[in-house]
Amino acid sequence: MSASKGKKIPRQPVPEQSAKARSKSFDEVSYGYTPTMAMLEATRCLQCKKPKCVMGCPVHVAIPEFIKLVAAGEFIAAARKIKETNSLPAVTGRVCPQEDQCEKYCVLGLKNEPVAIGQLERFAADYERREGKIEIPELAPSTGKKIAIIGAGPAGLTAAGDLAKLGHEVVIFEALHKAGGVLFYGIPQFRLPKEIVDAELEYLKLMGVEIKVNYVIGKIKSLDELMTDEGFDAVFVSTGSGLPYFLGIPGENLNGVYSANEFLTRVNLMHAWEFPVFDTPLHAHKTIAVIGGGNTALDAARTALRLPSTEKVMIVYRRSPDEMSARDEEIKHGKEEGLEFRYLENPVRILGADGWVTGVECQKMKLGEPDSSGRKKPIPIEGSEFELEADAVVIALGSGTNPLIAQNTEDLKTDSRGRIKLSDADIQKTSKKGVFAGGDIVTGAATVISAMGAGKKAALGIHDYVMSQ
Amino acid sequence: MFEIIDKQRLAAGVFRYVVQAPEIAKKAKAGQFVILRLNEHGERFPITIADWDSGQGTLTLFVQAIGKTSIEMSLLHGGDSILDLVGPLGLATEIENFGTVALVGGGFGIAAIHPIARELTQAGNKTISIMGSRNRDLLLMQDEMKKVSSEVRVATDDGSLGTEGLVTDVLNDMIDKGEIIDRVIAIGPLVMMKAVSELTRPLKIQTRVSLNPIMVDGTGMCGACRVTVGSEMKFACVDGPEFDGHRVDFDGLINRLKTYRPEEKKSLDQFSQVVDDECRLGNL
Ligand SMILES: Cc1cc2nc3c(=O)[nH]c(=O)nc-3n(C[C@H](O)[C@H](O)[C@H](O)COP(=O)(O)OP(=O)(O)OC[C@H]3O[C@@H](n4cnc5c(N)ncnc54)[C@H](O)[C@@H]3O)c2cc1C
Ligand code: SF4
Ligand code: FES
Repeated sequence: MSASKGKKIPRQPVPEQSAKARSKSFDEVSYGYTPTMAMLEATRCLQCKKPKCVMGCPVHVAIPEFIKLVAAGEFIAAARKIKETNSLPAVTGRVCPQEDQCEKYCVLGLKNEPVAIGQLERFAADYERREGKIEIPELAPSTGKKIAIIGAGPAGLTAAGDLAKLGHEVVIFEALHKAGGVLFYGIPQFRLPKEIVDAELEYLKLMGVEIKVNYVIGKIKSLDELMTDEGFDAVFVSTGSGLPYFLGIPGENLNGVYSANEFLTRVNLMHAWEFPVFDTPLHAHKTIAVIGGGNTALDAARTALRLPSTEKVMIVYRRSPDEMSARDEEIKHGKEEGLEFRYLENPVRILGADGWVTGVECQKMKLGEPDSSGRKKPIPIEGSEFELEADAVVIALGSGTNPLIAQNTEDLKTDSRGRIKLSDADIQKTSKKGVFAGGDIVTGAATVISAMGAGKKAALGIHDYVMSQ
Repeated sequence: MFEIIDKQRLAAGVFRYVVQAPEIAKKAKAGQFVILRLNEHGERFPITIADWDSGQGTLTLFVQAIGKTSIEMSLLHGGDSILDLVGPLGLATEIENFGTVALVGGGFGIAAIHPIARELTQAGNKTISIMGSRNRDLLLMQDEMKKVSSEVRVATDDGSLGTEGLVTDVLNDMIDKGEIIDRVIAIGPLVMMKAVSELTRPLKIQTRVSLNPIMVDGTGMCGACRVTVGSEMKFACVDGPEFDGHRVDFDGLINRLKTYRPEEKKSLDQFSQVVDDECRLGNL
C-alpha cells in the first residue's frame, strides 16, 4: 500500500447504536470496527520512520508496528504487539483521550484526520478476546518473593500482571467488593462494558495473581503488618483518588445533591438502575444539572439521561467548550443523546424547598487571562445571576486524596494535598522502605493510561528491589 | 463468605449475630463499624461492631429488622453466610481516663454503647450508663450493661422500668443533684443525640455522638456520608462516625436521611410480597 494512495482514504467512521436507541440503554454506544473496516483504516497509516504518535502515548505503544499487522489481517499478532507495552488495550482503546495523546501527533492530522489509533487498538484487543485467543504469557520461574498490591484499579492491575510475569507471587487487596477501581465503579457500562474489566481480572487470576476483595488496607492491616507478619517483600500502593470535591456553596446538603462518584457508584457498582431487583436505590429525578466539564461530568450526565424517570440533563460548565477536559467523543455522543450544554455559567447557590433541590442559582462568566492550568480563567459577571430549574444536582469537580493509608502509615511522606510523594519517580519508590506507589494516589486525578504507565514502572522498580534484597 | 455462628432474638425485631471474621475481629475497636452485603443483589449496609473476640475470630452485630436489608438479614440463621463484610471502618472511640463519663444509649444505640462503656470502665473512668427505651420489653442488654458500667440508670417512655421519661431527664436530674460529669457519649436516634447535645452545650460538657448518615462505599470515595460539623463538611466513614455533638448540624442530617424513604418503602413492599409468597408455599 503506497503512502500517496493511503492519504485518499478518509478516516473510517465507527458504527454506533443510534442516538435514539441508546438514549435509554446501558449497552455500549460504539460497536467498534469490523475486520474489513479496521484493515481499511489501518492502510491509512503512513508507517513513519520516526513516528510522532508513539511520543504522544504515555506508554509508547509500538503504534505503526501494530497498525501494520492490522492492515495485514494479523489481528492477534497486532493485539500481542500492543500488549508488549500496554496490558489493557481493550480498555485504553475505549477510554484514552487519544485526541490529546497519540492521535494529536499523527502527521496525517496536520492536513486531514489522524489515523483512528484508539479504535484500531480496541479492535485488535476485542478480536483477540472474542476469538478466545487470549493466552497466558510464559511466566518466569518462581522467585519466591511476595508482593502486595493495594487497590485494584488500572495502576494496580498493570503492576500485578507485570510482576506475576516476572515470577513473583502477587496478592491484590481491594477495599470494595469488586475489583477494577474506576474502570468498574466510575466509567459506565455504555462506554466500557464490565465484561471487559472482568476478562482482564480473569486473565490476572489465570496468571496466578490472587485478588482479595473487602480489604481496606490501613484499617484491617497496616503496610508494616503486610511486610512483617504476612511476609510480603514489597508493597505497591495504588489506591486512586479519594473524596470528591464539593462546591462549598449553600444548599449542598439538600436531598437530590450527589457527588458524581456517589451517583456513578450507585449505578455502576450497585446497579441502582435495576432497583428494586437490586437493593441500592437512586431517587427518581426529572431534571438533572451536572456541574463540571471533565469525563466524570459527562459520564454522570449520560448515565442520568439513561435513567427511566429522567426528562432533561444539563451540563453546567464555568468555562467555554475549548477548556472542557472530557474526551471529544464523549462530548459528541452526549450532544447526540440530547444533553444540554451550558457554558460560562457557575453555580453560586443550590435552591431548595422542604429539604429537596428545586434549582440552581448561577452566575454568568466571561473568560480572562490564562490561569495556572494554562486555561483561560473564568471571571464572574456581576449582576448576571439567574435560576435554573432542576430537581437534582450532580457535582463533578474532581476529587482529593483518600486519607486511609497515609493516616495509618507514619513514615510515608505525602504532599500538602495528601498525595503520596515519590523519592525516586523512575521506579515509583516512596520514602518508606519496600513501599512503591503510583496512579491517581501520586498524581491526583489523571488518566487510565498514566496510571498503567506508573504500574509498569513500579513493577520494574519492585522487581529490582526484591531481587537485590 | 462470612459464616453466621450464632443468632439470637433479643426483643421484637432485634437480633444479635455472631459472625466469623477473624481478620476484622483482630483489629476491631470500640466505636468502629463494618459494611456488609448479604448477596449479589444486596446493598452495602453499615453496622456498628457491638463486640469482637479476637481469640474466637468473631464479631457481634446487632440488627433491628426495619428495612429491606435488615429484615432479609433477620431471616438468616446460624450456619448461613453473608457474602461481603468489610472493616473495621471509621475511627475508634477515644479511650482515656476522663474522670466521670455518662454513656447515654437510646433504644438500639445501647448495643453500640456497650463496648465503649466496657473500655472506658477498664481505663479507670467512673461510667454511668443511662439506658432508654419505649418500654421494659424493648430495653436491650440490661445485665450486660450492668457488668461493664459503674452505675446504670434506666428511663422508659411508659415508666414500666426505671424513671418514666427520657434519657435526657435522667441526665439532667443527675447533673442537678451535683454529679460532676467530664464527658458524655450519646448513641441512639438522632433526636435523642440532639437533645443530649442541647442539654450539655450550656454546661460545656464535652459530648460525643455517633452518626449514621447514608453510606455507599464507606472508604472515603463517594461523599454520600457528608455531615456538617461546625461549618465544615466532614465524611462520617473516614472522619467519624463520632463527632462533637455541640457542632453537628442534626437537622441537616435528619433531612438527608429522608432521601430514600419512598424507595425504601417500595423495596420493602416488594420484599414483603416475596416473603409472604414463600411463607404461603411453606418455604420459610
Ligand atoms: C467517572 C470517571 C471517568 C473517567 N474517565 C476517564 C477516561 O475516559 N479516560 C481516562 O484516561 N481516564 C478517565 N478517568 C480517570 C481514570 O479512571 C483514573 O485516572 C484511573 O482509574 C486511576 O487509576 P488508579 O489505578 O490510580 O486508581 P483507581 O482506578 O481509582 O483504583 C483504586 C482502587 O483502590 C481501591 N482502594 C482505595 N483505598 C484502598 C485501601 N485503603 N485498601 C485497598 N484498596 C483501596 C479503590 O477501591 C479502587 O478500587 C475517569 C475517572 C472517573 C472517576
Ligand atoms: S495507549 Fe492510549 S495513547 Fe497509547 S496508543 Fe493506545 S490509545 Fe493511544
Ligand atoms: S460512605 Fe462514601 S465517602 Fe463515606
